[in-house]
Amino acid sequence: MPLIKNGQEVDDVWAYVPDEAPLSPGGCITVSLSRFRSETELLLARNTEIGVRLEPADDPQELEDHLERLALIEIDFPKYTDGRGYSQAQLLRRRYGYTGELRAVGQVLRDQILYMNRSGFDAFETERTELPSILQALEEFSAFYQPAADGAATVFARRHGKK
Amino acid sequence: MYRYDEFDAQLVHERVEQFRGQVARRLSGKLKEDEFKPLRLQNGVYLQLHAYMLRIAVPYGQLSSRKMRRLAKIARDYDRGYGHFTTRQNIQFNWVALKDIPDVLAELAEVEMHAIQTSGNCIRNTTSDHYAGATKDEIMDPRPWCEIIRQWSTFHPEFAFLPRKFKIAVTAAEHDRAAIKVHDIGLHMRQRNGETGFEVYVGGGQGRTPHIAAKVADFVPEAELLDYLEAIMRVYNRFGRRDNKFKARIKILVAETGEEEFRKLVEEEYAAQREGEKIDLPQEEIDRIHAYFTPPELAAKPATSEGFEKAKTADPAFARWTRANLHEHKVDGYTTVTVSLKPIGVAAGDATDTQMMVVAHLAETYGHDDIRVTHAQNLVLPHIALDDVYDVYRELDAAGLATPNEGLISDMIVCPGLDYCNLANARSIPVGIAIQEAFADPDDQADIGKFHINISGCINACGHHHVGHVGILGVDRKGEEYYQITLGGRADEKAAIGSIAGPGLKADDVPVALKRLVDRYRELRTSKDETFIETFEREGMDAFKEAIYAGA
Repeated sequence: MPLIKNGQEVDDVWAYVPDEAPLSPGGCITVSLSRFRSETELLLARNTEIGVRLEPADDPQELEDHLERLALIEIDFPKYTDGRGYSQAQLLRRRYGYTGELRAVGQVLRDQILYMNRSGFDAFETERTELPSILQALEEFSAFYQPAADGAATVFARRHGKK
Repeated sequence: MYRYDEFDAQLVHERVEQFRGQVARRLSGKLKEDEFKPLRLQNGVYLQLHAYMLRIAVPYGQLSSRKMRRLAKIARDYDRGYGHFTTRQNIQFNWVALKDIPDVLAELAEVEMHAIQTSGNCIRNTTSDHYAGATKDEIMDPRPWCEIIRQWSTFHPEFAFLPRKFKIAVTAAEHDRAAIKVHDIGLHMRQRNGETGFEVYVGGGQGRTPHIAAKVADFVPEAELLDYLEAIMRVYNRFGRRDNKFKARIKILVAETGEEEFRKLVEEEYAAQREGEKIDLPQEEIDRIHAYFTPPELAAKPATSEGFEKAKTADPAFARWTRANLHEHKVDGYTTVTVSLKPIGVAAGDATDTQMMVVAHLAETYGHDDIRVTHAQNLVLPHIALDDVYDVYRELDAAGLATPNEGLISDMIVCPGLDYCNLANARSIPVGIAIQEAFADPDDQADIGKFHINISGCINACGHHHVGHVGILGVDRKGEEYYQITLGGRADEKAAIGSIAGPGLKADDVPVALKRLVDRYRELRTSKDETFIETFEREGMDAFKEAIYAGA
């Protein structure tokens, strides 16, 4: 599925390994949180980059101690109307300090991408990629009232000359 | 009244353009209806029985003449000449074409209005006391904090896809006119040692499983309010149920988690917030917003007005109206006027474009340009000099807006029901009108006194039947409409959910049953000062139940 990162369509070098499938010896892989939990040592001992995919009910705090080792966290939106992923993203970025790639996967739609971006996502796996349209979605608003993971100055602060 | 600065104006403008693009993509088929749905909902656009409905936000119920005139223009140009004021202080238009909606939103933006987040599973319009800033019984004006909450919640990226809709109400008066205990979050402003803060209630609501909110905090200092709200919202967004639409409101989360445990979750989330997560709301910004709500400059006047007293003596209809529709103002020589949108025979909350123009004119001429929408679907002119009340009354009367029934038995909350709504099981409006006709005599209404009848056409309870002194719920039984009666509900500081009196009645039997109920109340009340709800709470269900079903 096409992947958009930092405003560009990029090649995806990552593969998600389903829980029942064996881990490939090389390559960049992501696994579910439950697999990460049960095979943590094995996964961290690999010489490859490691990623974890979170489902909506997963608690991102479980990853707190391993964030430096993780190069990718995918947050799944099985339904775009399920907004738990936005809280997971904000927690990872703002509370636990995750700085690696944070990718939205699943039902990722053009009109949700701005809020995802504000919540800390920097990569989007989206089915119907219309890059210009997605870039436009990110530019639809010039200011924001509330702070979020994107670090944008709030309107509350900008009114008083703060950046 | 708050005025948009460059940021507010720009954001609303950008929202209009964003939605214009979304509508264009929808009309061209690029956007599927199921993908478009949450987008249109978060812009107030519903697909109803006959057409699209547009719900426009009236933040904390406040309008100016200019805004009201624009609503009148929209009613005229895009609708069928009327609008419908709602129980959440908003206004709805029922006959707007989808292709016109971006233009309507652009017209609203010109007068600093919008339809943002008036629907959908997000934080909705913040509501408040319709007498805010005018009433004697408030400790301060709650509107500045409503405005701060409005801004904070607008386009909140984390809370746009909540399990279900989310409603916040704020009051600063001991007598709660904002129904805060039947909101997802209810905030009661308090002062403690010279500091301002909020008593916080969570998990109230109506619908098919009504709940009175639980108190989760006694006092959240104002500087911490938004951070505290974020903590509640995050707990709800993460842990609220998403498996069943009917169990997705925060009231179910509070009930299933338990009040103690829920409070603990909020406190833990709040305590875990890092410095960098806190909302920087500078004191100068709090002050800036408060400055928009400085009280109007009201010329000093004596507490009584000779002209007002004379007019009451000369015109008994006026005298009767003053007894029902005026509320005590905090400044001597002034009063707060309720403009009833409940004349007999009209759907509750409906106003024509002409009526909107009249109210706008009166607010501008006599009322310091201030108009409020009430949770009971009436309008209010909060600051009228007693000297001017008779002039105001005569203009209202000429426009059909001087029904003397504020808080009385014919001042009902009524949902649109099966006549308009595609969720309804039964009609509401005709039943409401039949009850009004049964109690049409204004002297009779005055004698009955405060009496709240609320009517919903289905269990979603948009007509607030659970919290009516008398609640009426329309149900469909094998293709026939029946009306279930509940007694003892109230939405104020003593909020309570009404209890079902017995089997449902046919529509035709409702007015006569209520006649018998009212007669029983008159027999039982200790004096005319004891209201129906007080008598009910003292006497209990049985006496009244027997009256309702006496004819059956």
